[in-house]
Amino acid sequence: MLAYIARRAVLAVLTMAAISVFAFIIIQLPPGDFVDAYIANLSASGSSVSMEEAKSLRALYGLDQPVYVQYMKWMSRVLVGDFGESMEWHRPVAEVIGDRLWLTIVLSLSALMLTWGIALPIGIYSAVRQYSALDYVFTSISFIGLAVPNFLLALVIMYFSFVLFGANVGGLFSSEFDLAPWSLAKVWDLIKHLPLPAVILALAGTAQLIRIMRANLLDELRKPYVVTARAKGMPEARVIWKYPVRAALNPFASTIAYLFPYLVSGSIIISLVLSLPTVGPLLLKALIAQDMFLAGTIVLLLGVMTVIGTFISDLVLMWVDPRIRFQMD
Amino acid sequence: MSSGPVSTTSPTQTAEDRFAVATQWQLTWWRFRKHKLAVASGIIVIAFYVVVLLADFLAYADPHATDSKRSHIPPQEIHFFDDGAFKPYVYGLTQKRDLRTFKLSYQPNLDRKVYLTLFAEGYSYHFLGLFPTNKHLVGLVDPRPEDGIFILGTDLVGRDLWSRIMVATRISLTIGLAGVTVSLFLGILLGGISAVYGGIVDTVIQRVIEILRSMPTIPLWMGLAAALPNSWSVIQVYFAITIIISFLGWTDLARVVRGKFLALRSEDFVTAAELAGASQYRIIFTHMLPSFLSHIIAATSLALPAMIISETSLSFLGLGLRPPAISWGILLQDAQNIETLALAPWLLTAAIPVILVILAFNFLGDGLRDAADPYG
Repeated sequence: MLAYIARRAVLAVLTMAAISVFAFIIIQLPPGDFVDAYIANLSASGSSVSMEEAKSLRALYGLDQPVYVQYMKWMSRVLVGDFGESMEWHRPVAEVIGDRLWLTIVLSLSALMLTWGIALPIGIYSAVRQYSALDYVFTSISFIGLAVPNFLLALVIMYFSFVLFGANVGGLFSSEFDLAPWSLAKVWDLIKHLPLPAVILALAGTAQLIRIMRANLLDELRKPYVVTARAKGMPEARVIWKYPVRAALNPFASTIAYLFPYLVSGSIIISLVLSLPTVGPLLLKALIAQDMFLAGTIVLLLGVMTVIGTFISDLVLMWVDPRIRFQMD
Repeated sequence: MSSGPVSTTSPTQTAEDRFAVATQWQLTWWRFRKHKLAVASGIIVIAFYVVVLLADFLAYADPHATDSKRSHIPPQEIHFFDDGAFKPYVYGLTQKRDLRTFKLSYQPNLDRKVYLTLFAEGYSYHFLGLFPTNKHLVGLVDPRPEDGIFILGTDLVGRDLWSRIMVATRISLTIGLAGVTVSLFLGILLGGISAVYGGIVDTVIQRVIEILRSMPTIPLWMGLAAALPNSWSVIQVYFAITIIISFLGWTDLARVVRGKFLALRSEDFVTAAELAGASQYRIIFTHMLPSFLSHIIAATSLALPAMIISETSLSFLGLGLRPPAISWGILLQDAQNIETLALAPWLLTAAIPVILVILAFNFLGDGLRDAADPYG
C-alpha cells in the first residue's frame, strides 16, 4: 500500500516537473526576451535604454546564460513563490492572479462533485432498468452531452436565458460583490451563481461516466454470483448494492484521474464565454499580449493543481478498491 | 461451428455455412450492418466528406466577399412553388435603416420574385482543386447586384453563412483527419514499441503516457498555439495546429495498440507461427496486424471527434486558425458574445454541423468497435 502511494507520489512529482518545463517553454517561445519587451515599453513612454544598460539588465536577470541555467533560476524562484512580474499589469504575477486561481479550483471541484452526484445514480438506474423509457432518455441526453462541446452549450444556454428571461447569466458574483472583500454574504452570492457554470462544465464528463457506469454494471449484473444471490432469495436492492455496484464503481473511480484535468481545461474555455472571474480569461489575455510570465505561471499553476487533484483521486481509488490496497503488500 | 442436421443434407448454402467460410472482413461488415444507428452515422460522415470535396460547388456566394450593404441579413425563406408549379424562388430584399439605432433591417420585397436555378454561374474556383470553373449547385436567374440567396443569413460584414459553413467544413474535417493520422502514427509506433520490447522501454512509455494524460490540455495548447508567429501563412498555421492537437492525442491510440498487441501475443496462432519459424516481422505484419487492424480503425473514428472539438475550441478562442482561413471554430468566434447573438442568433447555426459530425463519429466508432471483434 505504501509502495503504491510512493509510486503515485513520484509520478506526480515527475508530472509537475514536465509541466514546469512546458510552462518554461511557453515563456521562452515568443521571439525576444523580457529585456527586449522592457526596452520596447520604455521607449514607448519616451525614455531610452543604452546597449550597456540592456546588457547589464540581461546579466541581472541571467538572460545571457544558457537555457537550462535560466530554467533552474526560474524554478528556484518559483519554488519560493516568486513568479516574476506581469509586463502588462506592472504588478507581481501572484497579485494579478489573486483570487482567480481559487475560483478556478472551486468551479472545477464543484463540477467534479456534480459529475459524480449525477452520473452514479443515473448510471445505476440505466443499468438496472435497461431499455426502459428513462434509460433511453438518459442515454440520448448523455450522447448529446458527449457531442456538444461545453463552450457551445454555454453559448446556447446564455442565448436562451437572454431571450426567455432577459437575464445575463454570466459571472460568478452579482455586481455589488464583484470588487467587495470576502465576506459571508459574498460567499453566499458565489454559491448562488455557481450551479449554472458547474452544470455546463459537468455535462460532458457526466455523459461519459454514465455510459461507463451503465456498461460496467450491466457486465456485473450478468455474472453468476448475481444469479446465485437472487436464487437464494436475497432482496433485490441488496443484490444490486452489495456487490455489483461496488465492483462496477471501480473503473468509475479510476476515470476520476482523467476527468479532473478535463474539467480544469473545460473551465478555461467556458469561463471565457460566461465571463467568469477564473484564470481562463486572464490566460487568454496574457497569451494574446505575450505577457509570458503571467501566461507561463498560469499554465504551471493549473498543471500543478491538476496533478494534486489526480493524486488525491488516486488515493480515493485506493480507498474504494481493496484490490489495489492488497496487491501491493 | 456446428451445423444442424438440415444444413448438412441441404444442397444450398445456409446462413451458418456462409458464416463458417466468411472472411474476417465479411464478418465484421455483417456485424456492423446490424447496428442501424452506426450505418446511418457512417452515411452522414461520408456525406460530410463529400461536402469537403465539393465545398465550393455547394457554396453559392464567395465566402470571403464582404458587402456592407448585406450586414446581418436574417435567414431567408425559399418558396418552392409558384402558381402551383415547382419553380423555387426567393423574394428580393428592400433594406431600411432604423433612424434611431442606425441598424439596417431587411424586408422581403413581395413584388420581386427571383427564381433559383441549378448549376448557375458564380465566383470562380477550381473544381476538386483541378479544373477551373464557375458553376455552383444553385444560383439565381438574372439577378440584380442587390439580389442574393441567404439560406442561413449573413454575418456582420455581409458574408454568406451557408457558403462559409460549406467551405469551413473542408478545413475543420481535414484538420481532424490530418491530426488523427499523426496521432495514429505516433500511437502505433510507440504503443507497438512498448508492447514488443517490454521492460524499461515499456515502463518509460507508459509513464510518459500517464504524465501526458494528467495534464490539462487546453491551457497547454493555448500556450503553444499563441506562440505561433503572426507572420505565418494559413498553411503553416494549419500544420502547426495539427501537430499541436495530435501531440496529446496519440496516448489513447498507443494504449489500444499496446493492449491488443499483448493480448494477441499469447494467442495460439501466434505461438504456432513462432514454432513454424516465422520471423518477428512476419508475425507482426502478416499474423497480428490483421487481427487488430479493425480495432485501430474503431479507435481512430472515436479519436476524430476529439480532434475536431480541439480545433474548433482553439479557433473559437482566437488562438487556432486565423482569418482569412475559414473553419467552424472561426465561424463560431463571430457568435461569441451575447450582444451579437441577440442581434443575429442565426450565427449559431454554425454549431449544428459540429454537433452533427461529432455525434455521427461517436456512433460510427461505437458500431465499428462492436463489429471489430466478429468472433466475440
